[in-house]
Amino acid sequence: MRAESLLDTVGGTPLVRLSALWPGEEVRLWAKLEDRNPTGSIKDRAAIAMIAAAEADGVLSPGATLIEPTSGNTGISLAMAARRLGYRLICVMPENVSRERVSVLTLFGAEVRFSPAAGGSNEAVRVARALAVDNPDWVMLDQYSNPANARAHYETTGPEILADLPEITHFVAGLGTTGTLMGAGRFLGEHGVQIIAAEPRYGELVYGLRNLDEGFVPELYDETVLTRRYSVAARDAVRRVRELLAAEGIWAGVSTGGILHAALAIATAEAAAGRRADIAFIVCDGGWKYLSTGAFDGDLDDAEEALDGQLWA
Amino acid sequence: MTVSVRIPTILRGHTDGAKTVPGEGATLGDLLADLDSRHAGLSDRIVENGALRRYVNVYVDDSDVRFTGGLDTPLSEGASVTILPAVAGG
Repeated sequence: MRAESLLDTVGGTPLVRLSALWPGEEVRLWAKLEDRNPTGSIKDRAAIAMIAAAEADGVLSPGATLIEPTSGNTGISLAMAARRLGYRLICVMPENVSRERVSVLTLFGAEVRFSPAAGGSNEAVRVARALAVDNPDWVMLDQYSNPANARAHYETTGPEILADLPEITHFVAGLGTTGTLMGAGRFLGEHGVQIIAAEPRYGELVYGLRNLDEGFVPELYDETVLTRRYSVAARDAVRRVRELLAAEGIWAGVSTGGILHAALAIATAEAAAGRRADIAFIVCDGGWKYLSTGAFDGDLDDAEEALDGQLWA
Repeated sequence: MTVSVRIPTILRGHTDGAKTVPGEGATLGDLLADLDSRHAGLSDRIVENGALRRYVNVYVDDSDVRFTGGLDTPLSEGASVTILPAVAGG
């Protein structure tokens, strides 16, 4: 495959059957390998689309400074594109993200500013939005509210899955910015597919708001797109990500384990009901950036303890 | 139905600091009424005008109740109910 630029290689990722993890023909499980994107995560789709939209709207011009709240992957995608296109990038990250994400961002030339661990990404959003107000010449693409985020998945991720698997009955993805589900989910929902969200359930520190009014629901989120929404604890996510590696040889990041946990709950329910089902889920990224988190060390008790307080998704 | 309810840090002022409290109810709505009889004011922090507050998520056995009937979500014996504030991901 030949391309004029790395940016042109986003998407077109494989959809792989997981017949070792879930044998049988009535219910089939499929993994969309989004780690096969330029910087190794699904966020390349949203990041490149948001930059292209801002350039088309005249909001971004050469030499501009981008600021973005991110727990990591979106920042890495933006950093790659910023390098290629000549922008300066400042990422605001919660201080409890994995070390690898900070290292990779720095390597790509992004400037990292930290927000307090307590409050998780809520605090990163708050800090970044305040910085954007104080620096009106900076451009905040804002992955939580930018329609180009969801549109990228409506126009690419969703159609790719439907083309590869016309018989799809269920789509399962992670809920963070909600871009994947609001885009690919909306597209597939229009084709009669049930849309299932898996959101990470972190340790208590991450929910350490001072009051409930500080809660955050991304502007992109529209609950009518979803059929069901599951909350997945770190222990279940780690168990599944290890099973995926052991059974299929796919080494994914921890959030993918959470998504797989929800996909397997659907598979079990459909099989018990005697229904045919084709369930596609998203592999968000590979396992590399999570080595330091402890997710892959020791037994499940060790990993659960190590992940407590970290933003593992 | 007797269930176990996980209380987020921010609402433990209503439960004398307890992380987990037992409760009774055939539905989530019944459960919140039962909890409020022992933990005054707790229900008001979760429900407003007969619906869940915007920044509060409630899960029964890890499934978001907004997709399973809301306050009418049925509870089974021994179910695990989790209350959490809505936070950003990504």
